Amino acid sequence: MTSRIFGSGIRRREDPRLITGQASYTDDISLPGTVHAAILRSPHAHARIRSIDIGGAASSPGVLAVYTGADIDGVLNPIPCAWIVPDSDVKAVAHPAIAKDLVRYQGDAVAVVVAESRYQAEDALELINVDYETLPVVVNAEAAMRAGAPQLHEDAPNNQAFHWVMAGGDTDAAFSDAEVVVKDTIIQQKLIPNTIEPRSALASWVGPTGELTLWTSSQNPHICRFITSLVSSVPEHKIRVIAPEVGGGFGSKTPIYADEMIAVFCSMKLRRPVKWTETRSENYQSTLHGRDHTEYVEIAATREGKITGVRSVVYAGMGAYLSTASTGIPTILHGLMYCGPYDIANVKADVYGVFTNTTPVDLYRGAGRPEATFLLERMVDLLAAELGVDPAELRRKNLIPKFEDGHDVATGLTYDSGDYELSLNMALEHVNYQELRKEQAHGREHHEYMGIGISCYCEICGLGPSQVAGAIGFGGGLWEAATIRFTPTGKVGVYVGVSPHGQGEETTFAQIVADELGVAVDDVDVIHGDTANTPMGWGTYGSRTTVVGGAAVALSSRKLKEKAKALAAHLLEAAEADIEYEDGKFFVRGSPDQSKTIQDIALMANVAWNMPEGMEPGMEASAFYDPPNFTYPFGAHVAVVTVDADNGLVELKRYVAVDDCGPQVNPMIVEGQVHGGVVQGAGQALWEGAVYSENGQLLTGSMMDYALPKAHMVPDIETLSSVTPSPHNPLGVKGIGETGTIASTVTIYNAVIDALRPLGVTSIDMPLTPEKVWRAIHQQGS
Amino acid sequence: MRIQVTVNGQAREADVDPRVLLVHFLRENLGLTGTKIGCDTSQCGACVVKMDGATIKSCTCLAVQADGSDIMTIEGLAPAGELHAVQEAFWNKHGLQCGYCTAGMIMTSVELLERNPNPTAEEVRQGLEGNICRCTGYHNIVKAVLAAAEAKGS
Repeated sequence: MTSRIFGSGIRRREDPRLITGQASYTDDISLPGTVHAAILRSPHAHARIRSIDIGGAASSPGVLAVYTGADIDGVLNPIPCAWIVPDSDVKAVAHPAIAKDLVRYQGDAVAVVVAESRYQAEDALELINVDYETLPVVVNAEAAMRAGAPQLHEDAPNNQAFHWVMAGGDTDAAFSDAEVVVKDTIIQQKLIPNTIEPRSALASWVGPTGELTLWTSSQNPHICRFITSLVSSVPEHKIRVIAPEVGGGFGSKTPIYADEMIAVFCSMKLRRPVKWTETRSENYQSTLHGRDHTEYVEIAATREGKITGVRSVVYAGMGAYLSTASTGIPTILHGLMYCGPYDIANVKADVYGVFTNTTPVDLYRGAGRPEATFLLERMVDLLAAELGVDPAELRRKNLIPKFEDGHDVATGLTYDSGDYELSLNMALEHVNYQELRKEQAHGREHHEYMGIGISCYCEICGLGPSQVAGAIGFGGGLWEAATIRFTPTGKVGVYVGVSPHGQGEETTFAQIVADELGVAVDDVDVIHGDTANTPMGWGTYGSRTTVVGGAAVALSSRKLKEKAKALAAHLLEAAEADIEYEDGKFFVRGSPDQSKTIQDIALMANVAWNMPEGMEPGMEASAFYDPPNFTYPFGAHVAVVTVDADNGLVELKRYVAVDDCGPQVNPMIVEGQVHGGVVQGAGQALWEGAVYSENGQLLTGSMMDYALPKAHMVPDIETLSSVTPSPHNPLGVKGIGETGTIASTVTIYNAVIDALRPLGVTSIDMPLTPEKVWRAIHQQGS
Repeated sequence: MRIQVTVNGQAREADVDPRVLLVHFLRENLGLTGTKIGCDTSQCGACVVKMDGATIKSCTCLAVQADGSDIMTIEGLAPAGELHAVQEAFWNKHGLQCGYCTAGMIMTSVELLERNPNPTAEEVRQGLEGNICRCTGYHNIVKAVLAAAEAKGS
């Protein structure tokens, strides 16, 4: 073969439909007789519902029905939390899809109107009168745990949703013996994911057959079916969930939300297809938020700069209810990464999950790992400043040396493979670090403030072994499945349980199959997103789609190749041991003329005219892949910023990302993932943040108030990579979907603080807006 | 109200409620769902279409305001079976991931290149400030627009 298709940056096959407007997202789909739902949401963050008067709404033009919490009571089960982290006293409080007595955040559903058109449904919402008795509100997690704070749930005293402790080594001894201890308080502000496609659901209940079809913007249609069955009590085999084109997820389309279940309920009641699509303001109020930690952190080290311990007390705001996977984020996905890429013997995380009168949080790109990386890389920078050493050198001193097959760290994890110093060296060399430091010193003499930020990271993804999922309380498995089927004409269908939504696996999975089976990549089709025609799978999140789903695709290809080889031997009248394979052809060793292409074999298997004794007809194989471990991609990032001390404006001048996700199936797609993640993480560092008033009003309630990165606010992203295969993955691959946000927020943050060091500024709460930076500079000056 | 519009070269006539937004008219009355709704407040640009040659955000334009105008949506950008140079460039340069902002991005880029056939990267970035993409970090979108400019120039 002249050039291998695995590793080739070919154009995506997804794109022709997307660039021509031919792709169908949920809201683009309509069935005959479709009616439209609109949801009335609480304007108050905490209130008792005294009464609801739906009279005017019910008789409004076009309205078919108005339902409230009383209507769903006993019909729709509460929306469950599906991750109950063990040994942490999780309070999985009931979350009714429509609030009946109490609303606990601004945006909690109170009623739903179904009408012939969305306009009519929205009109009718205006005519519903709800009498609220407002209650005291708490929006900050740490404040919510103080004595006398307003209480959200009777069965969660002090608003404590859970308390999780992770300890490795002996942190008490490490800190009492430490030569140097540095402390800091880190605020991980609440973020709004902002997929550009709002969430949407089209539910179609066919009463006579008892079948429900739900088109929905989901990252995991099979989990959606599973939980829809639990909530609606429709048997799982009677539910078909279809995630058609999905316009971005970033974790926010992982949970099962009340709204989609309300659409299901309405369709079952009215026996009509019911469509619901959120507005952007609804998205801001009712789609999950991310982050929201207050962290008290300490790092211990020797005078020589050997890090000996890290510990934290974290107050993690969970919002008003526990969303689907929420409890695993500040715990498993955060605390277990406190060693990062460093050799740190003693670590401890003491994490309180806390209910607040805000939108629930859940998985948001990186989910726990950006917070862990931020915590560690921020503390390493503070330690470098305290010791008066170069932050790059301090990192180098503490990095775990290169390893290829397993390394145990103090949090109890076994990293798969790593070459952390290589990433750091590549990044520093590419950015020309020593020259930059000289430039910086020169600039400072002229009151020009340039900053260089560095981070080294290693992260846990490719979720994950199912046995571990069970042990950590995750309410599902984490394996993946693929079925590969040849048609008689030698074309290939690949049916997978994962459900990508922009990550390009229709292309990369076809590349894997083409590489494994020697077929043309254009002869391979990848089918995903529909529970009716794909194998069970656990979905696309945690950078697991290529790692786990791609491995299942490779393994099913290999199984099929074994069958093809046996059939080839039969057709070539040779012993199987004498059959060799190359580029999609099987031939008798020593006689390459006597050969059968895989297409010849597919045809024979399909017609089955001449099969070996005992071989089943058909050219199809399925494999289930349950990974033996997570994967641990890593890298080093460098940001260069300038800060205008007169107005506080930060400009991101350069961004260098060195990432290692093992062998890359499609480098163009890998780079794209890094670009997007880096800019999303830059958003947290510099511009984004959900702001609530004291009484729980979301002040950043639209794209006018919540600052998302735009094209002119960011530079080109300079991407480099190294290749350190995962020893346990059949393709050697590691995840790349989240490394950008995991590394970039702290890299940029460190760069800004580095720029401001001569001005005496050591800490500013994110986002680092001009106003905050300006105030920090001037508070120091005064 | 009765309106007459030309959409993608085809004359259309319809009775619309005066409050109906152009984007809803295009998507629901005409079935042209390539144009998307992302924010309802004119920030994200997913709904950008061309009206009499200029780009507008169709989520903040009433259908009745479009009476008598010539509208072009993503579906009408190139003849069936062909791609406009900007579409081709977005494909070649991986200028999209989830695809939801793409119609608006492409329509804006087309107009940008009509106004400025040889933009610098900085001019492209400034020109796209009314369109939000959450997937690509804009890197490859900028590359795509520059590549389209080059392809058209050659």
